[in-house]
Amino acid sequence: MVDCERELRWTTLMQLAVAGDAQAYHELLEDLARALRATVRRGLAQAGRGPDEAEDVVQETLLAIHLKRHTWESTKPLGPWVRAIARNKLIDALRRRGAHLEVPIEAAPESALGVASEVPLPQRDLDRLLGELSTRQRDIVRSISLDGRSIRATATRLAMTEGAVRVALHRSLKQLAAIYRRIGP
Amino acid sequence: MRTEDLIKALTADHGHRAMPLDRVLLLALLGGSALTGLAFFIWIGLRPDVAAAAQTVRFLFKFVVTLALVATSLGVVTRLARPDTKLGPWGWSLLAAPVLLALAVAAELIALPAASWWPRLVGSNATVCLTVVPLLAVAPLAGGLLALRHGAPSRPGQAGAVAGLLAGGIAATFYAANCTDDSPLFVATWYPLAIGLVSLIGGWLGRRILLW
Repeated sequence: MVDCERELRWTTLMQLAVAGDAQAYHELLEDLARALRATVRRGLAQAGRGPDEAEDVVQETLLAIHLKRHTWESTKPLGPWVRAIARNKLIDALRRRGAHLEVPIEAAPESALGVASEVPLPQRDLDRLLGELSTRQRDIVRSISLDGRSIRATATRLAMTEGAVRVALHRSLKQLAAIYRRIGP
Repeated sequence: MRTEDLIKALTADHGHRAMPLDRVLLLALLGGSALTGLAFFIWIGLRPDVAAAAQTVRFLFKFVVTLALVATSLGVVTRLARPDTKLGPWGWSLLAAPVLLALAVAAELIALPAASWWPRLVGSNATVCLTVVPLLAVAPLAGGLLALRHGAPSRPGQAGAVAGLLAGGIAATFYAANCTDDSPLFVATWYPLAIGLVSLIGGWLGRRILLW
């Protein structure tokens, strides 16, 4: 069951985000995280898994949505695109965990977004993955995410230019996605 | 790191703008074709009697087939580059080139006496065709795969294989202007082998490097 009103809002928010509205982007990611949580847990349950790795998959999916958002065509609704990415990431996670588990792409849940629990369970952290980044990259990611500093404040604190912080942040995110692919959380 | 912390980092990176996927694919196609063209003219060039050949249906039809392959595989690969797009009728479009070629083979079998079928099929450039087409396909295949990495294909193997068809089609279009074997019997035997090889390599590489 697809929540049409909610998905229409996603499309609008992403259009705003593409036009440069950071607030809209933040709001979109938060709502996507809530919806993904429910989908991913259902997907894991269907594969006979517990919900304890759900938050990791949610985070990996959000990362992919962020890094691949240029593959969304702005004339199309966002929902199907998000579901396609979520399906891919869920399958990746299942394959990674179950050594030789073969999951045909069609078997993954076509997903009913937005039902059931949308509250995060305590998750294992991305922190182990952060450990794979260079010290400088880790400082930047921590400063912006955990400490909630702005790019400017981070730049001042680390005696870098804002541009350098932006570039380093983007590289770190790309690298995190690659680390996920390689070892999983 | 909690998900809300990750979201903060993603929002902070929001200003980063990636190049539109279609433009990247187009640049890869143009760049790859230009390199192939350059290699073609430096390395083997047009056949000497190209002006006379251009008056014959058989010669010209080779380009109908290879360009049909280029057009359809380009259409398919741009769709496979995105995670959500369904192929729909575009999947069937890949049959256009083989069907055109099959019709030409049928016409050739009707037009020619049976005794000349075998010599036409074997031709005199089979080994050249099998070597030159894959080599000319290297640049467009590399370009296509790099462009696909910018995308997010749900089926990396398929996407790589179709990028191989596209690269093979581009290479074959150039090669056809050098090759003196114009019979559809020759084209239908050797071109698919050469292009199929490129497609196999593309699919194999795709499964390895197109993960995201």
